[in-house]
Amino acid sequence: MILTELTITRAHQGLKKKEFSAVELVKSHLDNIKKKDKEIHAFLTLAEDLALAQARAVDEKIAKSEELDILAGVPCAIKDIFMVEGVRCTAGSKILENYVAPYDATVVRKLKDGGAIILGKVNTDEFTMGSSGENSAFGPTKNPHDLTRVAGGSSSGSAAAVAGNMAIFSLGTDTGGSIRLPASFCGIVGLKPTYGAVSRYGEIAFASSLDQAGPMAKTVEDCRIVFDAIKGQDKFDSTSVTQPLSHSATKPINDLVIGVPKEYFIKGINPDVEKLVKGAIYKYEKAGAKIVEVSLPHTEYALPCYYIIAPSEASANLARYDGIKYGFSAEGKDLMDVYLKSRGQGFGPEVRKRIILGTYALSSGYYEAYYKRAQKVRTKVIEDFNNAFKKVDIIITPTSPILPFKIGEKIDDPLSMYLVDVYTVSINLAGLPALSVPCGKVRHLPVGLQIIGKYFGENQIFEAAAFSEILA
Amino acid sequence: MISLKEVRHIAALARLSITKKEEEKLGKDLSAILDYIEKLKKVDISEIKETSHPTSIKNIMRADEASKFKKKLTDGHLKVKSILR
Repeated sequence: MILTELTITRAHQGLKKKEFSAVELVKSHLDNIKKKDKEIHAFLTLAEDLALAQARAVDEKIAKSEELDILAGVPCAIKDIFMVEGVRCTAGSKILENYVAPYDATVVRKLKDGGAIILGKVNTDEFTMGSSGENSAFGPTKNPHDLTRVAGGSSSGSAAAVAGNMAIFSLGTDTGGSIRLPASFCGIVGLKPTYGAVSRYGEIAFASSLDQAGPMAKTVEDCRIVFDAIKGQDKFDSTSVTQPLSHSATKPINDLVIGVPKEYFIKGINPDVEKLVKGAIYKYEKAGAKIVEVSLPHTEYALPCYYIIAPSEASANLARYDGIKYGFSAEGKDLMDVYLKSRGQGFGPEVRKRIILGTYALSSGYYEAYYKRAQKVRTKVIEDFNNAFKKVDIIITPTSPILPFKIGEKIDDPLSMYLVDVYTVSINLAGLPALSVPCGKVRHLPVGLQIIGKYFGENQIFEAAAFSEILA
Repeated sequence: MISLKEVRHIAALARLSITKKEEEKLGKDLSAILDYIEKLKKVDISEIKETSHPTSIKNIMRADEASKFKKKLTDGHLKVKSILR
């Protein structure tokens, strides 16, 4: 048995039956990290001592035959955007290079309470702004399936750590596709929950009306286990909500009506990706699901809409990094000079670009033309989904139109980089849940299927995704 | 098209020092992105309400109670860079 290849469910059984100890399970992952991560570069900070201490506590529980939570003793990786008390939290940025988290994020607290073992903090595009992982101030994470290619972003380290068997599961965040895209590129499962289903307390903010934390794992079942552990209303996040029970019922595959949006299969999509996704949809049809073409007419406006709203919210959220309150501070002759230099030197080029874009969109004279207009278009995007979901239970699309690309290939062309997210951003604008599940490979490169559900329809998504997973 | 003067003005509003070389690259990138965003003008938004938040909940407040300040103080004061010259 290779311990680093286990799923959560299998690791849980093994720990319970004393086939191996939690310390052994953790050490095998730490060994793998030391062996493979020089090349992959998923981890920014290892919390080895913390992990081993946590593992010993779990082993004591097992020795005393105490009740064992499903996540107890299971090693995980945390995107370096969530606070883990006493551990460095960089957000992939120089401006927070030496910032040590003073408290646990709610999701981290919940994982710790369940006995999950935190191996360390993993790489991300700076402040989660990116689709490839290349915007991290600490260098890109490489795709475990092909080291010359990107892992996808922004949750690049979270995806690569799981795909590279350096963690059994991980946490990521998704503002415009940042969980689903790297999950697709690295051949794992990633869920962006309904907006508000998981607390954002202790998650460093990018665009608050779009940001959502979620699980990344090797299987749909594992993804569900982690989602169940981290979801729920939190008194520290006033936008968090409890999943209504009425939404937990699911339909079997042969009762499902599946929508396929025609706007998602147009020019620009890689023909091999299209073939795999259509093949997966055909399998649902053969299993008895009804496939219906739906229209989401405002799809082409979702990306430009996102590139007003997200940078605008970011420019406000990132105003707090002033060289005084957190981490990095440049020397300056007066306070204004400290602000200008700390922010100018502390933020990387993509973050500076988005702050400037957002500041422009919100500035006097432009607010109505840009921000307010984008918010109205957002309403149209939401109406599209509401109309489609009157007829269908879930919607299936590709997660990305393209395969994982070469490192450096798109970094100098912002628009072609932004277009990588063309199938994922509208879901964030609408606040809907969506999951990426592998549906095959083109050569050695994984392709993901995106399953979009109704608000709080995560259970139906899991049910549908599990079917695809068995066949892939 | 966004001018270099505008780039400088916005960077100052955003409290970001940028180099001469960067001004040009930013000007070029921002112009390309803004051109792309122009697309939004094609959408009929008359009589559409704006969405600032995907869920309809609002104004969930806790009681406004003061909590203890934890930073280290010097003679009861927090030291920052001087503001007045």
